[in-house]
Amino acid sequence: MNSLSRRKFLKISGATIATAAVLASSAKSIVNAAENVTKKNGLQIIPSYCDLCFWKCGLLAYVKDGKLWKVEGNPKDPLSNGRLCPRGTGGVGAHYDTERLKSPLIRKNLRGEEKWVEVTWNEAFDYIADKMNKMKATYGPEAMALFSHGIGGNFIKHLLRAFGSPNETAPSFAQCRGPREVGFELTFGDVVGSPERTDIENAKCIVLIGSHLGENMHNTQVQEFSHAVEKGASIIVVDPRFSVAASKAKYYLPIKPGTDMALLLAWMSVIVNEKLYDADYISKYGNGFEQFAAEVSQYTPEWAYIETGIDPELIRETAREMVRYKPATLIHPGRHATWYGDDAQRSRAIALLNALMGSWGRKGGFYVPYSYSIPKYPYPSYPELMKEPLDNPNGKYPFATGEQISTGIREATITGQPYPIKGWFIYGTNLMQALPNRDETIKALQNLDLMVVVDVIPSEIAGWADVVLPESVYLERYDDLNASPFREGFVGIRQPAVEEPNDQKPNWWMAKKLGEKLGLGAYFPWKDIEEYLDIRLKLAGHSLTEIKKEGIIKGPKKPIYYDNGVEPEFLTPSGKIEFYSTQLAKAGFDPVPRYTKHPEPPVGYFRLLYGRAPVHTFSKTQSNPILADLMSENEIWVNADLAEKYGMKTGDRIKLKNQDGVISDPIKVRATERIRQDCVYMVHGFGQKSRQLRSTYKKGASDAELVTKYNTDPLMGGTAMNVNFVTFEMEV
Amino acid sequence: MPRYGMVIDTRKCVGCQDCVIACKTENNVPVGYNRDWIVTESHGKYPNIQMEIRTERCNHCSETPCVSCCPTGASHIHDVGGVVLITHEVCIGCKACVQACPYDARFIHPDGYADKCTFCIHRVEEGLKPACVEVCPTYCMYFGDLDDPNSEVSILLQSRKWHVNLPDAGTQPNIFYLT
Ligand code: SF4
Ligand code: SF4
Ligand code: SF4
Repeated sequence: MNSLSRRKFLKISGATIATAAVLASSAKSIVNAAENVTKKNGLQIIPSYCDLCFWKCGLLAYVKDGKLWKVEGNPKDPLSNGRLCPRGTGGVGAHYDTERLKSPLIRKNLRGEEKWVEVTWNEAFDYIADKMNKMKATYGPEAMALFSHGIGGNFIKHLLRAFGSPNETAPSFAQCRGPREVGFELTFGDVVGSPERTDIENAKCIVLIGSHLGENMHNTQVQEFSHAVEKGASIIVVDPRFSVAASKAKYYLPIKPGTDMALLLAWMSVIVNEKLYDADYISKYGNGFEQFAAEVSQYTPEWAYIETGIDPELIRETAREMVRYKPATLIHPGRHATWYGDDAQRSRAIALLNALMGSWGRKGGFYVPYSYSIPKYPYPSYPELMKEPLDNPNGKYPFATGEQISTGIREATITGQPYPIKGWFIYGTNLMQALPNRDETIKALQNLDLMVVVDVIPSEIAGWADVVLPESVYLERYDDLNASPFREGFVGIRQPAVEEPNDQKPNWWMAKKLGEKLGLGAYFPWKDIEEYLDIRLKLAGHSLTEIKKEGIIKGPKKPIYYDNGVEPEFLTPSGKIEFYSTQLAKAGFDPVPRYTKHPEPPVGYFRLLYGRAPVHTFSKTQSNPILADLMSENEIWVNADLAEKYGMKTGDRIKLKNQDGVISDPIKVRATERIRQDCVYMVHGFGQKSRQLRSTYKKGASDAELVTKYNTDPLMGGTAMNVNFVTFEMEV
Repeated sequence: MPRYGMVIDTRKCVGCQDCVIACKTENNVPVGYNRDWIVTESHGKYPNIQMEIRTERCNHCSETPCVSCCPTGASHIHDVGGVVLITHEVCIGCKACVQACPYDARFIHPDGYADKCTFCIHRVEEGLKPACVEVCPTYCMYFGDLDDPNSEVSILLQSRKWHVNLPDAGTQPNIFYLT
C-alpha cells in the first residue's frame, strides 16, 4: 500500500468525525447506570444525547416508576439549549415501538423474501465469523465493505478496520452533502462540516437556496434562524416551492428548478460589475479574483431571467440587499446538495458568493468551529492494508477527497472490479431509500456471500440481509463520546436510561463479541464500554463518573471569528480563497463555475422534488408510534391550477409514473398554491416495503423508488437525484 | 391573583409540531388525540402567498360556554390563574362542552371524560413553564400573567400587533397571536 492511499484512509477515519400511558413496556430502569440521577418523587433524570437524527442534541431522559416517561433537552447542551426538535421529543416512541427487532435473525429463504429463523447471538456471530474468515482466505479482507451512518457505527468501523478492510462508506457523502463539502474545500480549503459552521444567529441577511429550515429540523439551525427572524434579519428564499422559510422572507424567488447556477452567476455579476464586494477582504485573502471577475461579469440578470424565470430587477435588488449587510450576510450552503450533477460547482458558486461578501470566518457568516479534543483509545495499530479503497478507481472523480463514494462500492460489487466485494456490513442506514436506482442495489447484493444489517427496526434493507442483528435503541445503550465541532468545545455522553425490552444489544457489545470470534480480541482490550469511555475521558483529564452527572463537559472558550483572534488559514494550493481554481483547470474542469442547462420535463411530466418533514428523519422514524401519530404518510404537492387541470383534488389518491415507467404506491394529492407548475414535491422516507414493518408498509409513496435516473457529479461522484420526471396515474 | 395567558409569535413559528409532541408525552395524551395542534393558513396565488402558522389549543377564555353548559360542574375555572379545567372523576362524558367550545379544543378521552389543554397547571404550580412553551425550538410561545403589566406577555401585547381566534364568539380568549 503506498503512502498516498494510507493518507487517504487516515483522512477518512478522521472525517467520521402514545405515549407511555397506552404503550405497554417491559422495560426496567437501570439504577446502576445512572448513579448520579436526580431523585424526586420516584423520578430519575438521566442525561444522554439524541439519536433521532445525526445532530446529537443533549437530552434528559425522565424515568418514572421504572418506565421511560419523556425526554427533554439538556439545558447544559449547546446544540439543543434545552430544547429538542419534534423527533427528539418523540424519541421515547423508539423505545416503545412494538415492531422493533427482538432477536438475531438468519435468513432461511431467498434474499429479500423476509423469511427468518430466530437464532441466539452466539449462532449469529458464528455464522458471520465463518463467512468472514472464508472470505478473507479466498478474496482478502478488503472484500468486506461497511456502510455505516451515525456515531453508533464507530465500534463496527473499528471492527472492520481491525479485520483489514479499507472500504468504509456512508450515503451522507455521495448522496447528500459531499458536493457542498467539495465545493467549499476547493474555494476556502475547508469543509462546511456537521453541524454546519453557519453563524445564522448573528446573520443580518440570510439567503436560503432550496434549504427548507423549519421543515428540515436541524435543531440548532432552526433555533438560530428563529432568533435571526426575531432580530429582523432580511431573509431571501429561493425555492420552487413556497416553503415555511419562504413565509418568513422579505424576498421570495420562485425559481425554475435546475437553474440555481444561473441565479448565482447573475448575482455575482451584479456584485462584481457594480464593485459591491468586500474589496479589503478579497485583496487580503483572495486569489485569482481578476480572472474570476472577468468570467462572471458576462452573466447579466436579463440572461438569468430567461433561465430562472426570475425578474432581472429582483435579481439586482436581492444582490444589493445581500451587499447591504455584508459581512453578516450568510448565503446558506444547504446540506442535501445532490441535485443535478453539477452540484460541487454550484456549491462552489455559493462559496464564491460568500467570499464576495467576506462572510467566511466572520460574524454573521461562517464561524471557525473547534472541537474539544478527547484522545482516541490507545488501540494497537490496524493491520497493514493490502489494497486501496475501491470506491473511486484511478481517481475517476478527482475531488472525491475525504470520504468514500457509497455508489462506487455498489458499482464495484456489481462488476467485481477492480477487485471483488463479497460482503456488506450495514449499520443504521436504509440503503433502499438512501441510494438512487434500487435495481442496482438489488443487483449488487445478489453478488454477496454475506450481508449483515444492524438496525433497531426491520428496515427495508434488513429484509435483504443474511443476518439481522437487533440493536438497542439510543435510550438503552452507551455509545462513543460526541465532541462535535461547534461554536464551543464540549463532549457529550450517551448512556442508558432504561433496559432493552427484549434480546437487543448495543453495537459496542456486538463489535467486541464478533471481534473475539474473528480472533481480533486484541483490538478489544477493554472489558466493557464503561471502561473504554473512562479510559478515553481520563486521557483528557476527566472521568466517566464526572460526565455521567450532567451529560456534558465543556471545554475552554476560544475565539471563532477572524475579527476576534482566529488566524485565517486557507488549505488551498494558493493558501488563499480560490476565486479562480488552478487545480480545477488542471484536472480539466471549469476553474470558475459555468452554467449548464439541465433537461426540462417533457410535456405532461413534472420534475420530482423531495424534502423533509419536521417529525421524521430519512426512512428511520416512520414506525415510531408517537411520530407516526402526527404523520403516517406523505402527500404529493401539486400546484392547484395543475391539479384542477387533471381533475385532482386534495385527498385524492393517485400513483406517480416516472420517465422509466416505474409506478409508485398510491399517494394523497395536496393541491396547493405553494408550488410551481413544472414540479411536484413529496417528503422523503415513505412508501416503505418492509413486510415486517407493518405500520409503514406502503404508507404513502417513495421518492427513492422513482429515482431510477441519476447524474453523477464529475468532480466527486455525487449522485444527483432531482433529475427524474413523473406523470400522474389516476386509476388506483 | 394572576390571569394566565399565552402570547404566540406567528412570525417565528415554523409549524414543526414539537409543541404537540411535547404535550403528548408530558400529559400522556393517547395516540389519535391532541390537546394542541397546528393551523397553517395561506392566501394568494403562487408566487404571491401570505402564510400564517399558528399553534392552537384551549383558549382558557374569560367567558366560558364550556363551563356554563356543564351539567355536573366538572368543567370549571381553577382558583389559580383563571385556567379552565375538567375534574375527570366528576365528568360523565356527556359531550356538552365538546359541542359548546367554538375552538374545537375538547375531546372525549378513551377513558370516558372530556379532556383538553390544562395550561400544564401541574407544571406552572411548580414554577415551570407549560411543556409546549418549554420545548418550542423557535421560542415563539410565551406564557405568563396578563394582569401584570410588567410581564413578558403584557409587554409583548403592548409592543406588537396581535389577533385572537374568533374574536366575535364572545369568549374573550386568552391566547394572543403576534403578527
Ligand atoms: S435535531 Fe432533533 S432528532 Fe436530531 S439530535 Fe437534535 S433533537 Fe434529536
Ligand atoms: S413547537 Fe413552536 S415552532 Fe414548532 S409548531 Fe409549536 S409553536 Fe410552532
Ligand atoms: S399548555 Fe400543556 S396541556 Fe396545554 S397544550 Fe401546552 S403542553 Fe398541552
